[in-house]
Amino acid sequence: MAEQLICRNVTLGYEGIPVTKGLDFTVSSGDYLCILGENGSGKSTLIKALLGLIPAMEGEIVRSEEISGGVGYLPQQTVVQKDFPASVREIVRSGCIKKAGLRPFYSKAEKALADENMSRLGISELAGRCYRELSGGQQQRVLLARALCATSRILLLDEPVTGLDPRAQGDLYELIADLNRSGVTMIMVSHDVSAVRYASHILHIGSREQLFFGSRQDYLNSRLGKSFLITETGSDSEAREEGTSAAAPEEPEKSGVSAKTAAAAAAGAGVLAAGIGAAIHAYVKRGERNDR
Amino acid sequence: MIDKILYYFEFPLVRYAFIVGLLIALCSSLLGVSLVLKRFSFIGDGLSHVAFGAMSVATVTDVTVKQVASGDNAFARWLTDVIEKTNSMVIVLPITLVAAILLLRTGQNSKIKGDAALAMISVGSLAAGYMLINMFSASANISGDVCSTLFGSTSILTLSLSEVWLSVGLAAVVIGVFLIFYKQIFAVTFDESFAQATGVKANAYNLLIAVITALIVVLAMSLVGSLLISALIIFPALSAMRLFKSFKGVIICSAVISVVCAGSGLIASILFSTPVGSTIVTADMAAFFIFTILSKILRRS
Repeated sequence: MAEQLICRNVTLGYEGIPVTKGLDFTVSSGDYLCILGENGSGKSTLIKALLGLIPAMEGEIVRSEEISGGVGYLPQQTVVQKDFPASVREIVRSGCIKKAGLRPFYSKAEKALADENMSRLGISELAGRCYRELSGGQQQRVLLARALCATSRILLLDEPVTGLDPRAQGDLYELIADLNRSGVTMIMVSHDVSAVRYASHILHIGSREQLFFGSRQDYLNSRLGKSFLITETGSDSEAREEGTSAAAPEEPEKSGVSAKTAAAAAAGAGVLAAGIGAAIHAYVKRGERNDR
Repeated sequence: MIDKILYYFEFPLVRYAFIVGLLIALCSSLLGVSLVLKRFSFIGDGLSHVAFGAMSVATVTDVTVKQVASGDNAFARWLTDVIEKTNSMVIVLPITLVAAILLLRTGQNSKIKGDAALAMISVGSLAAGYMLINMFSASANISGDVCSTLFGSTSILTLSLSEVWLSVGLAAVVIGVFLIFYKQIFAVTFDESFAQATGVKANAYNLLIAVITALIVVLAMSLVGSLLISALIIFPALSAMRLFKSFKGVIICSAVISVVCAGSGLIASILFSTPVGSTIVTADMAAFFIFTILSKILRRS
């Protein structure tokens, strides 16, 4: 199997302060690498480095010719996206943005690629639907299709199942495994232990350094793997519970603040315009409550 | 009534006001969608306060330079002449641009800091601007000057031909940039990290959005005044988002709403001699109500 991505003794960090040291691993074409680690262990720093957004402080990250065009990326969902008025088709097509370059519109080939990826993920019939009306699992499929438009060689998934209900989580894991079987290399960052079941390789990073890299079987047999699986969760379902509840609190708060910002801006201008801004403000507020 | 409108349209000043008004409405609504979705609704408000501060600096320097150059030689006369011709745009535009860039920069990393910075800068420049005008202005009607800067008053109806061309040029730049970079603006608005990961220079496009916003704010000051600018930016976008479900649909609808409201607002303000800015904003609010009710009805059926 061809090696696609090699990290040789890489140290990562910001402004001269190292976050993780001694990262040493290889991703070959067709692999399914699961990156485990607690919060603050430098997982997001590693993602940025793999995407090529920050350089390695020491060591080197080698990318094969095959993936020099970039990595397909499935980022964590942001608050902005939750109520974004865009059709599924528009979002999937935006995955072709690099191929289109500075051309103002997408070409026929790029549109066809978007259609192909939508049918690959079984969301063709959703193409005209609005993104904000979809379920969490459907939204992740849309974003996966978009990532596949960027490249079908290698995907980097950042906590893809966060916020989904257990059933949708299972579906998404199966879908990702299917894509992997059809030849897409997967790198998945997760703190959900059930992700381990689907992976072919495991990279476990601790608070300052790499703790383990190897095949899944070796990991399960290692002391680290055993202790991680037992102490972290005990069982799969609990892990899922943890994942969702940990992610939940910050989101409503953020959307609350920004919704208020928008409503207040609207109301502020309204008061000055005709003195009936207060009525609008109340109206907007009520509308939002209804929407929720 | 039609006769009356046609009668007014015989005056070039009214035609200028229409051209500039509709262009500004178009530009602000295009960008408004992106700003509202990126949670930057208040940026227009903050920037307009900065522009007000800059405007008072311009007025004050205008006055003091004129006093210094009140001698009776050719140089002094030339200097006064130049100041009158270049008007305040030279000072207001760069200051607002710098503020826009600074604000959008801080807003990226930490939400709260960006919020606080925005509030600080906007209130601070409002206070400083009013103070400067009060201390140094030679005008007999200070509160009248301030009021017309804040609420636009009738300055839209006193545009000169060169100002019209300047507005047309700036509007063309804004619309052109928006059409050319439509894909990138969509990508950066929807998902900055994905855009960055696929090699789109997200920061550069954020900067571009900041610069265009500043341009629009400075342009729109003469139309609705600095306090009501954010209404032009957010109302059409919010109304369009009630009904439409694709980004393109929202953008087109928001542009149409904005242009129609600006046009009807201008006509109404001429017919009933109401203040231009607040009439347009009232029209925008009416549109928002109509669209909200429409979306409720459509959802139920």
